[in-house]
Amino acid sequence: MNMIGEMADQSTTRGAIRIEDVVKVYDPDGAAVMAVDHCSIDIPAGEICMIVGPSGCGKTTLLNAIAGFHDITSGKIYLDGELLCGPGNMQAEPGSDRIVVFQNGALFPWKTNLENITFGPMMAGKLSKEEIYDKARSMMEDAGLSGTENSYPGEVSSGLRRRVEIVRALMNDPKVLLFDEPYRALDSLTKSVMHEALLEIYYKNKVTIFFITHDLEEAIFLGHRLIIMSSRPCKPKKIVDVDIPHPRDYSVLTSPRFREIMNEAKGVVNEEAKKAFEAGEKEG
Amino acid sequence: MSQSTDTSSMSLTMYRISSWLKSPRPYLMFIGFACILAFWYFSVEVWKLPRFQDMPGLTEVFSEWFSKDPYYGLSIYTPEYYKHIGISLRRIAFAFFLATALGVPLGLFLGWSKTLREYIFPLFEVFRPIPVLAWVPLAIIIFSGSETPVIFLTFLASFFATTLNTMLGVESIDESYSRAAYCLGASRWQTFLHVVVPGAMPFIFTGLQISIGVAWFSLVAGEMVSGQYGLGYLINTSYMMIEYPKIIIGMITLGVIGYVTSALVRLAGDYMMQWRVRELALGDN
Repeated sequence: MNMIGEMADQSTTRGAIRIEDVVKVYDPDGAAVMAVDHCSIDIPAGEICMIVGPSGCGKTTLLNAIAGFHDITSGKIYLDGELLCGPGNMQAEPGSDRIVVFQNGALFPWKTNLENITFGPMMAGKLSKEEIYDKARSMMEDAGLSGTENSYPGEVSSGLRRRVEIVRALMNDPKVLLFDEPYRALDSLTKSVMHEALLEIYYKNKVTIFFITHDLEEAIFLGHRLIIMSSRPCKPKKIVDVDIPHPRDYSVLTSPRFREIMNEAKGVVNEEAKKAFEAGEKEG
Repeated sequence: MSQSTDTSSMSLTMYRISSWLKSPRPYLMFIGFACILAFWYFSVEVWKLPRFQDMPGLTEVFSEWFSKDPYYGLSIYTPEYYKHIGISLRRIAFAFFLATALGVPLGLFLGWSKTLREYIFPLFEVFRPIPVLAWVPLAIIIFSGSETPVIFLTFLASFFATTLNTMLGVESIDESYSRAAYCLGASRWQTFLHVVVPGAMPFIFTGLQISIGVAWFSLVAGEMVSGQYGLGYLINTSYMMIEYPKIIIGMITLGVIGYVTSALVRLAGDYMMQWRVRELALGDN
């Protein structure tokens, strides 16, 4: 493997996210539900920040607020010092500086892989068609996707689809990639291949990664930092620094340091999962 | 992987046909046809069942249909036969084209804009259950001549089916597709063109399949009360003139042509949705 990476924070200057005192209250049928409670998170540019928490704890609400899919009730979110949403404008405008990789994948099944990958630049219309296609082909080659240009997403494996989706995002030169549990539905073997592929893409492209997961092993393997969230309402409960140097590969999983971090995080995560489970029991 | 990308719609159709011939399905289909024809033959001509005495028999119908000198003046050798078919087809083509040209865009906008839906959809829900036959008097009062009322009646049911299915198609699109488009910098209109229209396509074609079916249904109803020529007219006048074999010829012709038109719609759908065809072809293997 050819890895040109070092610790990310040294080489990247764009894509810092600042979440300041964000609250999100849903109000279905008059019964207010607090999804996010006075949550503040600072993510330096170029960091892989893993948001860990039990299912349904409100992590996706936070991601949707950054992406601009819905509004927040109060608080502020900044990207590189610029206000995305806050007082006066509670909903951010979706844009190609923050691109979401969706839980179930959102490649357009009616477009070929190449058409999917060129979608963003074609819509922006700033480059010529040839320039866009050349860039797409070379990025596909880098990601090991050569030969799948004219296939439809439905014709390739799920692992390949995820890679196409990431390349589609990177084509737009985003500052931040927002991952919403993208590997949740994959089997564990495919998952481990995807993790290494993601890191490889990250080492080449240096973007900030906001990654939601409930899989602790995935979180420690990929992240510079884990932010363990409490369950509903969602707010940071514990921050764990993963001081295992990048570039990483799968041998990291068996290292003693990995085990130590795992033990440190596991107690907190389990406690939250239990709370979430009991809350679910009550609701049910 | 790269060879599969050259797969044209033509070779896919050939593949479908050859795998169909290899499966037991054509033989089962043959048995099904044979059973109904045998029942017809035996009940009318051999057993002479009580309520079947006036029913034209299998041999009578087929010898009339393929006769160079038909007793009732209608067979595959008479120009009149093709005139009935041609006129019915022309009415179907007009009505189906009109229903598609108006129904698809309307359905897309109804699915896309919540406000528009508030205005129009309740109207739709009231008009849709009114059977085509109930529209016959109004159609004759409003439209002049004998041709326009029939086309209007044929159009009506098709239009509702197409619009409704297109609207459902838009609603069926996973929200993450349009979110992804916005994320990638697409405008609202670009999202409509690149996500809503192709995303609704499978439902649109389901709608068109239903639409062509109900078009034949309402055409015959319309032709029975108004218009000259056409297969519905043929069936109705043959009944009044007591030329029963012509009724059966008209019915079988309707069935065959109806099937062919709906197969054509399906083929057009396959052609326009290569991505779907290829996914399904993979699923078959």
